Amino acid sequence: MFPAMLSLALIGGLFGVVLAVASKKFHVEVDPRMDAIADALPGSNCGACGYPGCGGLAEAIFEGRAPVDACPPGGSEVAAKIAGIMGEEAAAGDEEKQIIQLMCGGGKENCGDKYAYIGVQDCRIAKSLMGGPKNCDFGCLGLGTCAEVCPFDAIYMDDNDLPVVDHDKCTACGICVETCPQALLQFVGISKLVHVRCRNTERGREARAGCKVACIKCKLCERNCPQDAIHVKSFGEGTVAIIDYDKCDNCGTCVEVCRMNTITLSEEPAAGLAAAAVDASDDSDNCGGCPGAGTCAN
Amino acid sequence: MGAKTFNGGIYPPGFKELTCSKEITPANEPEQVLIPLSQHIGAPCKPIVKRRDTVKIGQKIGESAGFVSSTIHASISGTVKEIKPVSGFGQCIVIENDGKQEMDPSVKPNPNPENLSLDEMRNIILEAGIVGLGGAMFPSHVKFAPPEDKPIDEVILNGGECEPYLTADHRVMLEKPDRIIAGLKYIMKIVKCNRGSIGVEDNKMDAVEALRKAAAGSDNIEVVALKAKYPQGGEKQLIEACTGREVPSGGLPMDVGIVVNNVGTAIAVADAIENGTPLIQRVVTVTGNGIKNPANYLARIGTPIRELIEQSGGYTGRIGKLISGGPLMGAALYSDMVPVTKGTSGILALEHSSLDRAEERECVRCAKCVDVCPIGLEPTTIMTYSKMGEWDLANENHVFDCIECGSCSFMCPSRIPLIQHIAHAKNMISQKEREEKEKAAEA
Repeated sequence: MFPAMLSLALIGGLFGVVLAVASKKFHVEVDPRMDAIADALPGSNCGACGYPGCGGLAEAIFEGRAPVDACPPGGSEVAAKIAGIMGEEAAAGDEEKQIIQLMCGGGKENCGDKYAYIGVQDCRIAKSLMGGPKNCDFGCLGLGTCAEVCPFDAIYMDDNDLPVVDHDKCTACGICVETCPQALLQFVGISKLVHVRCRNTERGREARAGCKVACIKCKLCERNCPQDAIHVKSFGEGTVAIIDYDKCDNCGTCVEVCRMNTITLSEEPAAGLAAAAVDASDDSDNCGGCPGAGTCAN
Repeated sequence: MGAKTFNGGIYPPGFKELTCSKEITPANEPEQVLIPLSQHIGAPCKPIVKRRDTVKIGQKIGESAGFVSSTIHASISGTVKEIKPVSGFGQCIVIENDGKQEMDPSVKPNPNPENLSLDEMRNIILEAGIVGLGGAMFPSHVKFAPPEDKPIDEVILNGGECEPYLTADHRVMLEKPDRIIAGLKYIMKIVKCNRGSIGVEDNKMDAVEALRKAAAGSDNIEVVALKAKYPQGGEKQLIEACTGREVPSGGLPMDVGIVVNNVGTAIAVADAIENGTPLIQRVVTVTGNGIKNPANYLARIGTPIRELIEQSGGYTGRIGKLISGGPLMGAALYSDMVPVTKGTSGILALEHSSLDRAEERECVRCAKCVDVCPIGLEPTTIMTYSKMGEWDLANENHVFDCIECGSCSFMCPSRIPLIQHIAHAKNMISQKEREEKEKAAEA
């Protein structure tokens, strides 16, 4: 027993000395700014910047290979912090926050299925089978691939099988935008409230046959818009109503005239979030995970 | 010595007795045809007719839009009604039948088929719109123009027809063995080689006999009986079984000096060169337990499959699955108002009650998929990488060598749709590569 204790103690002591010497001799000088940058980044490793995780981006920014505002989820706030660390002038942070909007209103209530899809629950795979199971070849397939790929858990599917984005959690990394096989998710400034929820470019009759809220290209919105902001424009292989967000002032005229209820006016997102916060404080069971629309994320 | 074959593979029940003894009958003239602009791999055709134009049988209505492309022809005489998209088939030219059955003057027999130059023959094949009739629909004139540094020493005709239910090729081999041999000789001439063989599964020995009889006078043509095993009719498996050569990873049959064609394609080649007939009809097996009278039809390209099913007496009851092609590699359809294309070898309707839709469970690492993969891949590994979105790793595991035969999905005791995951990985990798190329082109 005693010799065993002694020999282990000796070995331990020997290794301790070796390590102590090595740590002095092979010491690598790490610039504390690199760690500071890594701390300033969100740390979710979403990959939206194109570098291998937040650590990779921190290194790239430090070495000057990437600009200080290279983190899309971080936005101007993180860019300003990093610019401070790097001693650079921060880029002007007056750009409006961009949020994700779904350009389709064809949930399962409005748009039926042309066939029963039995297979891998992934929109991209379902789309490769005759354009997907939905009656509309352009609409949201509703299998929730966007929710699955979201690294921030900011998207959930509602009762109607349409994705809902929690703007509080969304960092605008853009992974869902790239993933959606129908290209229905789009970045829009947070102040914009009027959206055409349709990307079906077929002629009106065909579009209406597949979906109750499809754009039928009647041009009522175009004729009535006081700002000349909405037009039935050529898009893909056909046409569809598209809003010029630079001109739109949220007046809602097009929403009123649209007979198909394709165009919607959403509530102020800020107001919705505030309401959710109030609800959460009222009842301790409320997790606050929903954006306040009463739909539970869990 | 047993019949020749390849490594791996499966033995699914054949169900060929439903139609294998039924002669090919001409399908009724369709009221209208829907002719897709894209019935081949490569660029879709450019339409050269417009609305209200009158067309005759065999008239060219779409021309080739690139080197890897093909042509399409009117399969009935009548009026062009419109050009519209059909879900899953792209843009289609719709022709209403006028019942006159007028042939286009361009369809006339060639007085001296023996004296044509190789380029003339290739041009005839392009102008006749001939593509691989086995299902892949690869333009034949491209296949027949191998680069100079890859000499061809053998042409193999594919009479495997390993997919369950299908008997179109079987009937063709029984009824037109002379035309198959004639077509094979033309193909051998075009690719400048002196050896031809026809691979037929040994569950069709009557076809083997018929072909051997037709080829009796030609020493350089051999009819090979192959083991009845799926996917024996896969191009690479056929080459392995007939010659023992292995097509390298990522390579084509011409890399080992071989050109493979379906037996039906050989007849189309012979018809085009001798009679000037473009590819406007093909043999289609209409079968399955959901069809009242299963049969083999000679149908015009573009015939809505509903008309063929009606000619077979219609459906027996509630249909659970309608498939274009065979049960293993065919494409599921959701409507019977879709056309017969150059690649439609069969229409399969299965009763709802006969389907077994078990739920997917976790992979139990039994490696049955690895055992049966005819390429020697690890389907389960690729499937896992596909699920994780690790496209680079999927690519390193040779996902692009997968021929999507479906043997792994067939064998999987956990009922995992392996093929769907693997095909998805292929799509995503191709998409990524395209995007990168576009980015590079912009920069």
